[in-house]
Amino acid sequence: MLNDVKTDTPRYTVADRAPRSFRALCLRWETLLALLLLATVFVNSTLSPFFLDPYNLADSTFNFSEKALLALGLTLIICAGEIDISVAAIMALASVCMGLLSLAGFGTPVLVLAGLAVGLACGALNGFIVTGFGVPSVVVTIGTLSLFRGLTNVILGDGAITQYPAGFGELGQGYVFGIIPIEFIVFLVLAAAFAFGLHRTRFGRNLYAIGNNAIAARYAGIPVQRYRMALFMLSGLMAGLAAVLLTSRVGSTRPNIASGWELEAITMVVLGGVSINGGSGSVGGVVLAILLLGMVTFGMSLLNVPGIIMTIFTGLLLIGAIAAPILIARVSGQRRRV
Amino acid sequence: MSLNRFLKQRETLLALILVAISAGVAWRAPTFIGLANLHEIATDSAILIVMALAQSLVIMTRGIDLSVAANVALSGMAAAQLSMHAPWLPIPLVLLFATLVGLALGLVNGVLVAWVRIPSIVATLGTMSLFRGLTFLAADGKWVAQHEMSAAFLAFPRLDVLGLSLLAWIGVLGIVVAVVFTRHVALGRELRALGGNPSAAKYVGIRETTLQLFVFAVAGAVAGLCGYLWVARYAIAYDGVALGFELQVIAACVIGGVSIAGGVGSVTGTVLGALFLVLIYNALPVVGISPFWQTAIVGAAILSAVILNARGDRTDGLRLILRRHPAH
Repeated sequence: MLNDVKTDTPRYTVADRAPRSFRALCLRWETLLALLLLATVFVNSTLSPFFLDPYNLADSTFNFSEKALLALGLTLIICAGEIDISVAAIMALASVCMGLLSLAGFGTPVLVLAGLAVGLACGALNGFIVTGFGVPSVVVTIGTLSLFRGLTNVILGDGAITQYPAGFGELGQGYVFGIIPIEFIVFLVLAAAFAFGLHRTRFGRNLYAIGNNAIAARYAGIPVQRYRMALFMLSGLMAGLAAVLLTSRVGSTRPNIASGWELEAITMVVLGGVSINGGSGSVGGVVLAILLLGMVTFGMSLLNVPGIIMTIFTGLLLIGAIAAPILIARVSGQRRRV
Repeated sequence: MSLNRFLKQRETLLALILVAISAGVAWRAPTFIGLANLHEIATDSAILIVMALAQSLVIMTRGIDLSVAANVALSGMAAAQLSMHAPWLPIPLVLLFATLVGLALGLVNGVLVAWVRIPSIVATLGTMSLFRGLTFLAADGKWVAQHEMSAAFLAFPRLDVLGLSLLAWIGVLGIVVAVVFTRHVALGRELRALGGNPSAAKYVGIRETTLQLFVFAVAGAVAGLCGYLWVARYAIAYDGVALGFELQVIAACVIGGVSIAGGVGSVTGTVLGALFLVLIYNALPVVGISPFWQTAIVGAAILSAVILNARGDRTDGLRLILRRHPAH
């Protein structure tokens, strides 16, 4: 009897996740990005003797830390199958509001709080329109992009606000231990928090479920609209934080502040392996993509390559990164069928 | 069509709003609805109208083309360079050249979306950066300014033909072609079917790949044509030409009632949407509102249009669950 039970093993093993294999690890998007990052660092350090200087490297993070914060918020939004194109416009509006308060004589803590609050409020407006009227987030955020950027223009005209309190610049320009920018530390800490939230909590799992099939997720009892609302508010909050850091770093607010950043942030996310259709992607991939783009930009600036060449490279990288796996899968899929 | 349904149509509503704005502005400044200014508005809106019509075809098939403004910059730069090196070339040939450059760029998008099957928003985001960068490279970072362009090159869009500028005629021609195409050509109706329900469209034998390639090619060719017109009209070619114009083009479509979810939209609506934007841009200075309000007003208009659109949208499974009281 006992032997019978022992031999009667179940036909299927239901594992918690796919088995770890070396081959699968090598084929992971993150592995590819990490290799690209290593290659970039190697090429750059052979081309310029100044690349591997720790102070230079640490300072190069100033160029992408704020955009990276936008990318973190967008990672969650895009994983859930939505998109937020208004993030850079939110930054502009938040920055202007901070500028107005600064002109009115308020100190750094009030400015920071105001920046975050404006970001949160703008995100809430996006979330309200998307969930309340059930309209696609692409159009809604194109509309709010125009609205927020427009309000910024109305307040600023063609002028600029350059008066900020003395200690305010410390946030965006300061260092930890005299070498690592505060901005970069903020990004790293938040990246870790986002990774934990997306990959280790129920919130994150539900988010993937929504991104894969929102209707099925709703049937499974996930409050889809509440999640969407929360995500847009979070994305707005991240934009507010990015605005605080950027305004603090450059010490001024101009009408074209952060213009075009939404596209760069979306590029970071998509290059990081997050599916634009929602439902898959990882924070680790996005962080690697951010570092990759940052290191490429830094290397090119050391070689005096104009910034616009960088846009060509970004465009090609984005298209190539998405096209390559699709084409490879198609070729290998055909082979398997034969 | 009953009067009631006619009044409830978006096109009617938009037309009424346009008339109301014009009347309101004319009350302050009667010359606003004078022939000269109307002609000016027709000339101003031609580029936006034809590009919005082309974009509406893309959106109708559930796609989006973010690269059109960058295409305008690159094709315009190509046309400017050609005319700079060969000023003797007849202008129609320059126009044809710009259109072909635009078509080639559009085909790049088409191949990426239709064959490689990259989501259009990502593919055109990539080509947008690419085209802008190439515009810079094409001129080695230099601007092509007015004095480097031939007089014929600059005068062409403003040529007077039967009382209207050539630019305005191109707008009119674009509208006529779009109406005939979407209503009376099988391919045009197939686009709507494809956007409305891709899998059903496939079952009745509509070739998705061909149609997607086609709409991106059209959007590219139209952007190429507008590239020359833009450069000639504003007498400058550089990598910042038409920066951010793609959003205005999409805004015209959305305000005109083209649904981003595909399958819904009309030529009349799109044209009215484009006219609305141009009217706002022209009216603000006349009534003494700072032009800085322009972008914010456009944003508010897009949001109102989107919310209006939402009422007419199809119900999906999620809505069925969310609805508290079943309709039937």
